[in-house]
Amino acid sequence: MNNWLPFEWIASVRFLRDGRMQTLFIVSGIAIGVGVIVFMSAMLAGLEANFIKRVLTSQSQIQLLPLDQVARTLRNGKGEFEDAILQRPAQRVLSIDQWPKIRDRMLAMPEVTAVSPTMAGSALAIRGDASRAVTVTGIEPASYFKIVRVPDYLVAGDGRLTSEDVIIGIQLADDLGATLGDKININNAQGIGRVLTITGLIDLGSKGANQRVSFVALRTAQSLLGMIGGVTTIELTVQDIYAAEIIARQISASNQVKAESWIKTNAQFFTAVQAQESSNTLIRVFVGMSVAFGIAAVLVVSVIQRSKDIGILRAMGTRRGQVLRIFLLQGGLLAFIGSLLGSALGAGALTYWHSMARQADGTELFPLILDRNLFVITAMIATVTGLLAATLPALRAARLDPVEAIRG
Amino acid sequence: MAEEILRLENVCKAYNVGQTSETEVLHDINLHLEKGEFLALIGPSGSGKSTLLNIVGLLDRPTSGKLFIKDQDTAHLTDAAITSLRGHRIGFVFQYHHLITAFTALENVMMPMLVDRGFPSDEIKARATMLMEQVGLEKYSNNLAGNMSGGQQQRVAVARALAMSPSLVLADEPTGNLDTKSADGVFELMRKVNSDSATSFLLVTHNLDLAQRCDRIIEVVDGRITA
Repeated sequence: MNNWLPFEWIASVRFLRDGRMQTLFIVSGIAIGVGVIVFMSAMLAGLEANFIKRVLTSQSQIQLLPLDQVARTLRNGKGEFEDAILQRPAQRVLSIDQWPKIRDRMLAMPEVTAVSPTMAGSALAIRGDASRAVTVTGIEPASYFKIVRVPDYLVAGDGRLTSEDVIIGIQLADDLGATLGDKININNAQGIGRVLTITGLIDLGSKGANQRVSFVALRTAQSLLGMIGGVTTIELTVQDIYAAEIIARQISASNQVKAESWIKTNAQFFTAVQAQESSNTLIRVFVGMSVAFGIAAVLVVSVIQRSKDIGILRAMGTRRGQVLRIFLLQGGLLAFIGSLLGSALGAGALTYWHSMARQADGTELFPLILDRNLFVITAMIATVTGLLAATLPALRAARLDPVEAIRG
Repeated sequence: MAEEILRLENVCKAYNVGQTSETEVLHDINLHLEKGEFLALIGPSGSGKSTLLNIVGLLDRPTSGKLFIKDQDTAHLTDAAITSLRGHRIGFVFQYHHLITAFTALENVMMPMLVDRGFPSDEIKARATMLMEQVGLEKYSNNLAGNMSGGQQQRVAVARALAMSPSLVLADEPTGNLDTKSADGVFELMRKVNSDSATSFLLVTHNLDLAQRCDRIIEVVDGRITA
């Protein structure tokens, strides 16, 4: 007996140790429950982080676009309108008005980490007899590559982008029968074209995207699409990706542009994450409840088994509060030890799963995120659950009539 | 005049009071016990001996009548005060010894002091060791209670009952489950403690031989003291 341990603690530990098998089984049960929670939470966090990383390295977090063009009714005179039925006008490709000023304003915002103007439009890529419709995106490589990591997707070439170069998707290259170093013709709708050299082939992981994507220098795109000096989009990244929507609204409110955040454009992704989190929470609650009921059941049995001990303790002057604490502590201890083992179990299982589950290209399916807070919070919640689960059995033990208890 | 340890005045105990199944177990019990007295309580099974012992031990409350422990009326004491009084003034030795099997013999003897003080200490351990020596079991101190013979366990129970230096030890058929030799040993031990420390004993027994070796015999029949 340690002199610094209180009586209740000593009695709790001894009772747990005395009922070894019972303790072993319930601790294993708690450990499995907590292990499942830790495994699921950590894996979900990893998958989410991975998804966000994938989404955010292939697109900007906020896009600034020219304002939509709207048609207005003709006015005949004061209060008189003609042509009350309005037809929505076709949206012409327009440059963002005063874009250098807006870009500078964006650069000055502390929340914004990167700004890149781009010019995007449709064109025809031609090589020999083959021709394909493509999306031409004119970029400033230095700033654009900070937002969309095009070099990460390169499968061939160095990604150089002077005014005579073009980077295209691998599927497009296949369709045109072209490869690195070949020249292709990019023509606009009016048939005016440029001959560009392929300096990079990229794989965006989607056949559709690989068939249409092409990157050229901003100036090349401006001349190809007939919008010298203009840009159609300003791409932004921000420090806090989850604040993107709020920042987008602020930008819209204070500038003559339409700002769209990644949160809005990927609403489905968020719905999916939310659904996954709800089901995860539900599973956690049910696992937690089964753990709690398990602890309560074991302690109820323990109270019955120990009723003579409780009676004798009461006879020798043990107060009801002390008996209550002995059983509460048992619940807390079971849950705490179970949660420690469960955390190790969950982390071990996740590490194993992480090493086994690979994507087709051999890269990891999800990043291994073992956040210390997850373990601390899990242990805390489990311990509190254990204490709560022990409340009823402990109250029952404390209320035992010593005469009845001793008599059995 | 000798110091009075215990006094019962017109104590009655009934179960299921106010119901058709009301049963009166004890009727008008008057009893007193002086310091250093060794009293035997005898009577047939079901006569109310154990109920009387539970009331004297403050484990149960009388339906009517008064119970004084060292001149202190226990009628209006709170549950916590009763528990404290029981812990400090009364020691128990039961028929089935009731040692806590999760603890060693020495720890069982330490238990009442541990309950009272809240934390173990060298002083508590020293006193428990001394009591183990007194009952002749010092070399079994570290044995788990469950691994000892019946006679040894009962001796440990006697040591435990003495831990808080109580004024009164209540023994409910402490030798009922022991062979003659062990029973004799336990009885002699209690007798020795009684004479050495002037601790009063109230011994419930069916064994008339043992009863006759006590200072006084009280007989309970059908809930009444007859002798």
